[in-house]
Amino acid sequence: MALKPEPLIFERSVPGRRAYRLPAPTAAGETLLPEEHRRQDAPPLPEVAELDVVRHFTRLSQLNFSVDTQFYPLGSCTMKYNPKLNERIASWSRFAQMHPMQPAPTVQGFLRLLDELEQALCRITGMAAFTLQPAAGAQGELTGLKIIRAHHRLKRKPRSTILIPDSAHGTNPASAALSGFRVVELTSGANGRLDLEELRAKLSDDVAAVMLTNPNTLGLFERDIAAIAQLVHSRGALVYMDGANMNALLGIVRPGDMGVDLLQLNLHKTFSTPHGGGGPGAGPVGVTKALEDFLPVPRVRKAGTRFRWEERSTRSIGRVHGFYGNTGVLVRAYVYIRTLGREGLQRVSRAALINANYLKARLSKTFPVPFDQHCLHEFVASLKPLKASGVTAWDVAKRLLDYGFYAPTVYFPLVVDEAFMIEPTETESKETLDAFADALLRIADEARTRPELVTHAPQQMPVARLDEVKAAREPDLRWTPAGAPDPHPLVTAP
Amino acid sequence: MEIPQALRYTKSHEWAKQDGGEIVVGITAHAQEELRDVVYVELPPVGKAVTQGEPAAVVESVKAAFDIYAPVSGTVTKVNEAIPKSPQLVNQDCYGQGWFFVLKPGQPAEWNALMTADAYATLIQTHSSGSGT
Amino acid sequence: MDYIPNTDEQFTAMLQTIGAGSFEDLLADIPPELRCRSFDLPAGLSEYEVLGLFESLAGPNRSLREVTSFLGFGAYQHLIPTVVDALASRGEWLTPYTPYQAEASQGTLQMIYEFQTLICELMQMEVANASMYDGASSFAEAAVLALRTRPATGGAGGRNRLLISEAVHPHYRQAASTYLSGFPCAIQQIPQTNGVTDLEALAAALKEDVAAVLMQQPNVFGCLEPMEQAGELAHRAGALFVANAYPISLGVLKPPGAYGADVAVGEGRCLGSPLAYGGPGLGVFAATQALLRRMPGRLAGCTVDQAGRRGFTLTLQTREQHIRREKATSNICTNAGLLCLRATLFLSLLGPQGLKELAGMSLQNAHALFERLRQLPFVQPVFDQPFFNEFVVRYTDGRTAEAVNTRLLKAGFFGGLPLAPWYPELGEAALWCVTETIGQEQMNRVMETLERV
Repeated sequence: MALKPEPLIFERSVPGRRAYRLPAPTAAGETLLPEEHRRQDAPPLPEVAELDVVRHFTRLSQLNFSVDTQFYPLGSCTMKYNPKLNERIASWSRFAQMHPMQPAPTVQGFLRLLDELEQALCRITGMAAFTLQPAAGAQGELTGLKIIRAHHRLKRKPRSTILIPDSAHGTNPASAALSGFRVVELTSGANGRLDLEELRAKLSDDVAAVMLTNPNTLGLFERDIAAIAQLVHSRGALVYMDGANMNALLGIVRPGDMGVDLLQLNLHKTFSTPHGGGGPGAGPVGVTKALEDFLPVPRVRKAGTRFRWEERSTRSIGRVHGFYGNTGVLVRAYVYIRTLGREGLQRVSRAALINANYLKARLSKTFPVPFDQHCLHEFVASLKPLKASGVTAWDVAKRLLDYGFYAPTVYFPLVVDEAFMIEPTETESKETLDAFADALLRIADEARTRPELVTHAPQQMPVARLDEVKAAREPDLRWTPAGAPDPHPLVTAP
Repeated sequence: MEIPQALRYTKSHEWAKQDGGEIVVGITAHAQEELRDVVYVELPPVGKAVTQGEPAAVVESVKAAFDIYAPVSGTVTKVNEAIPKSPQLVNQDCYGQGWFFVLKPGQPAEWNALMTADAYATLIQTHSSGSGT
Repeated sequence: MDYIPNTDEQFTAMLQTIGAGSFEDLLADIPPELRCRSFDLPAGLSEYEVLGLFESLAGPNRSLREVTSFLGFGAYQHLIPTVVDALASRGEWLTPYTPYQAEASQGTLQMIYEFQTLICELMQMEVANASMYDGASSFAEAAVLALRTRPATGGAGGRNRLLISEAVHPHYRQAASTYLSGFPCAIQQIPQTNGVTDLEALAAALKEDVAAVLMQQPNVFGCLEPMEQAGELAHRAGALFVANAYPISLGVLKPPGAYGADVAVGEGRCLGSPLAYGGPGLGVFAATQALLRRMPGRLAGCTVDQAGRRGFTLTLQTREQHIRREKATSNICTNAGLLCLRATLFLSLLGPQGLKELAGMSLQNAHALFERLRQLPFVQPVFDQPFFNEFVVRYTDGRTAEAVNTRLLKAGFFGGLPLAPWYPELGEAALWCVTETIGQEQMNRVMETLERV
């Protein structure tokens, strides 16, 4: 890891320097534009050489922790290995260099791939149909909620409430609100799961759906799911499942068999497409036969041996994304599914569960795990015992960086005090898990014996803890061109 | 913890002070301590009609955002222009320079339903000895 | 191949540590009747077999390397410098996630800060976020922002009407209408006249209940809109003005900030990312400082660390779903990180002069082809408007746009996109796009083919 801070690309700029030569540059073009539409001043982009760019972005990359360089046990994010084979195939020009409006006869292979991917996801989840259009999990949720709205509207019984457990990811209530629903929270039961009585009390004829995550954010399977689904259906509402945690269930149980009406999958989690420092991902939505007509358009259709896009459908909720969604990401996910196949995917969940439970077993004596029992693909430990030494979960997260591990998800879910949400995934070895457990246990010792080591962490990173209060009080969200004084002179590390 | 006797309080940790015919509103020392560093305050527009117990302003720290509820119903007559620019005033002087807004009360009877300093002191004592926020 | 490193022996030992007799013990919570009965997928394959399988899937596709394309419609083929692919394929960029731990994510955070700066400069706007999913969702989120920012003031119902030009890309209009389907609001389309938004119709529709006017520059027909006048009309009525801009065009075209846009969105895939059959995209989102707190999406900010050194962190997060939950400005959790990086690389490599030249080539090529096409006896220009790199022509003498394209395809061309599915009133119209990727030679060949149609 490069420890020296890297100047901004703008600070490397030298007037007149160039990095890329165009085939036939022209200055004449501009006169083709009427004066009123012409740009007056060129945007002050950096003026650098190709090597400047290569060094700058290589050095910046070295300031990052990533799955390729470190263990990255970020809970509920499924930071598994992203196979290089996916990248290689997706970069082929017959996948990457394709225009979305090119005629159907010239994209038959791509359409077949998308159709086969839909079928594969149906089989994995037990749902009847999928749309591949949503670009991310949250956009999948939004799509699902729009489908729920359309379903009730068609029945001429519009409903305005969505029930969401208090342990849910923040995108769930945000997606519900963005879909025009009122959110009512369900308090988790004493066993960390959805409480049937609480659900019964809050179910009304105005409830459009219950949105639940299974396994939930505590890594626990909602074992009453069949009864929950029955109860919800008996009141005319639907069951939406956030499928972010599908990595726990492959070949073990299918949402379609549990009574789930619709769900989104996060291909960048379970199906190994890279997280890319934030995206792009893909969040396909699967539905039961009864909801299929509401799926976004366009949809891939097969007629004989030919494929085509169907653009119109009267009941469809419409589009949520331009063209067909993140097609480039979908190629990667399908490469993964075909590489692993039936047995491989089953081994994924099996290995993910054993890895998570093993790590839990190694840690739970020191860091209590509320609702302790076998977990599925992840677990939530509480770092509350360290509070007595003045050490918080946030401090431990920072200290882990010094040990060369990315931190788990911290302070989530909200229902656990000093939460540390750990998801190792199946692609990590026992040796890595042991090294991580050893580091965490050593940090627990440090917290007792030399707490300042933990509270002042990280020490080994390119920067120490950042002043987030300053960042929020005086937002500095862009570099300002020369002339303006630099409020943050660059200090080179010794 | 400072809880001035002359003020009235709400369960949601606002304070209210009578000033002429109007009521000044801010957040309590307990609230600003729980919030830690206040980084942003969003105030209502002057002239806005607010209802007792309904959100009237927003206060934010780095990792949390809370609604500030109107302690009584009325119309906003003045807001503290200084705090959006210097939100630290809420931490430094929550009963003084860190006030939020002034209301012209619509229903004077609502004042009497607000908590006294003693009642509020009891509330936050039970609160902090409980399971925490 | 399953990428699982632990051996069966290791798993057995781990189960012992766990205190489980077998793997099945871990599944005690899953009711047996729900256990998976069928899992009907093909068997896994070796890498070599996978390559063969996907070669056969790729086989029937014809890529832009094999066919000369004159397709645009919001998806533009532009040059991608080799350095973009070389750097963006590094694992340190490809495989981290959202930079929650700032100290271990300075590369991503500084890159986002640079990206935000570049977008502000390109758009001439005050603030830009770390990006959205794509241009269409950025546009939809801008509509949401407008409705939430211009709440019930004035009229009894408040500002709950959006005016969207008919000359905005249909996918963008459809995405906005899907996103807003749960909102108590109305979307009104403003018609086009001679290829641009009808300003009289716009002025007439601008009542006190309008939250925003949303337009596109260049519009879906490639025509240049009178953005300045439209923006003025919007502002005079107290509405926000939202511009969907094509980032590459801003090398030569007046940027949104120069014509008074309050929010500027766009599809940033043209900045160094492959078309990949339409996705992933890069949703560019920029706004005025006044709207900062209403913006959706992640924001990276510059600050200092405990030692006083410059550093970067995610900031103003109280707008977002993980804190505000149902009160968040948006439900978006991530950004298009990798495409953000590609755009940052692309703009750094091109520089101000390079971007201007690239946009200038596109502009000049499109005008050159337009002049030649209109000489053909069966080709008519549809609109009389200035344009950037796309334009609409109509085929006459009984030639259909589909038939012309079928002939062109046989000769190795994707001809202009037939617009009938979205704008049937334009007749046999086709939208042609020419970028800097098209050379003189290719233009000559397409003209020769057309002369024989």
